[in-house]
Amino acid sequence: MMLDNLLAPLRHLGHSTINAIWKLGMMSRFLLAILAHSGQSLLRFQLTIREVYFAGVLSLIIIVVSGLFVGMVLGLQGYNTLSRFGSADALGALVALSLLRELGPVLAALLFASRSGSAMTAEIGLMKATEQLEAMSVMAVDPVARVVAPRFWAGVISMPILAALFNVMGIFGGYLVGVVMIGLDEGTFWSQMQNNVDLHFDVINGLIKSLFFGIAVTLIAVFEGFDATPTAAGVSSATTRTVVTSALVILALDFVLTAFMF
Amino acid sequence: MKRSIIDLWVGIFVAIGLASVTFLALKVANLTPQGDNNSYTLIAEFDNIGGLKVKAPVKSSGVVVGRVSNIELDTQRYVARATLTLNDQFHFSRDTSAEILTAGLLGEQYVGLVQGGEEENLKPGDRVQLTSSALVLEQLIGKFMTSFAEGNNKAAAADAAAAETAP
Repeated sequence: MMLDNLLAPLRHLGHSTINAIWKLGMMSRFLLAILAHSGQSLLRFQLTIREVYFAGVLSLIIIVVSGLFVGMVLGLQGYNTLSRFGSADALGALVALSLLRELGPVLAALLFASRSGSAMTAEIGLMKATEQLEAMSVMAVDPVARVVAPRFWAGVISMPILAALFNVMGIFGGYLVGVVMIGLDEGTFWSQMQNNVDLHFDVINGLIKSLFFGIAVTLIAVFEGFDATPTAAGVSSATTRTVVTSALVILALDFVLTAFMF
Repeated sequence: MKRSIIDLWVGIFVAIGLASVTFLALKVANLTPQGDNNSYTLIAEFDNIGGLKVKAPVKSSGVVVGRVSNIELDTQRYVARATLTLNDQFHFSRDTSAEILTAGLLGEQYVGLVQGGEEENLKPGDRVQLTSSALVLEQLIGKFMTSFAEGNNKAAAADAAAAETAP
């Protein structure tokens, strides 16, 4: 009895480790299944377009507004710090580089995970809870091809577009604060930016980052939905897990990608 | 929702994405379509390039006329060899001088070209004859310290001489 109590935490640790590995394996197999069924769903591209609308177009507002505010805050804070060293001219470069390399892809992905990823999980989870997925199987419609793959591709397509838009809005916000509000020279703002930003190194790498984030977030979202316990509580906890796991994976993946790229 | 409206919105969405990427490429990264036919290269050798980097601007009278496209070390003579890619519309005479300057106190370094007086122009691939190195702050301070010390010594010697002649 005593020994049992002592071993309980260890057993718990082992159980959660096995669970985590099991889930990782399931997720990889799920990704393979999605890829295998993609051809079928890409042939009926209308399904994917519909999901791009729900995942991407409806996220436009939140991306535009947060991009603008992040850029404006960067402009203010950057100006405060840079002017202390007498190099407020570099504000354009600071705003553009921070957005293109890190903030744009990461923040857009975090917003996308909480706005669209959670919605995907809830939708698929609810379909599972109301046995719609099983009904599809009975009708010889593969739920992975009909429900999961279009959502996956919609996320992968939408994410880089949203990140690029976030960058543009952020740079515009930095411009509003730096040039319009504080009154820096407009020419210096843009030329400093253009001198320090490289198309391949900064812009393309940032977009590649957002593509990886798109794959990760959407895969987590559709997997959690598909894997959800088919009850109201199960769907709710799956939705929470999507947002939490996505956020952690985005930040960890960002570190790895940055280490490789820059 | 009707299919045509969804199609329209997704079309707008993708168009916004393309416009954003174009904006980032053209306005932010300043990707100017640059063929090989409208630029030529010059070589400039410096004893010390300081903090000059590839892609640094080449300016003449403050106007950007090209970029530094390559920097390497000449292992025969141990000087830095910078390749300058200049726009084809700017030509410089054979006695043009190149110097490494700094934009502002802590700004980036760039190559400044000063036009000479000779009629003949530098041809593509030619070497700029007159170059002056980057200003390295430590060396500058070192020189200043020596001259300062020398000045002090002279003043001390003058004082001593004055003290001797005074009584």
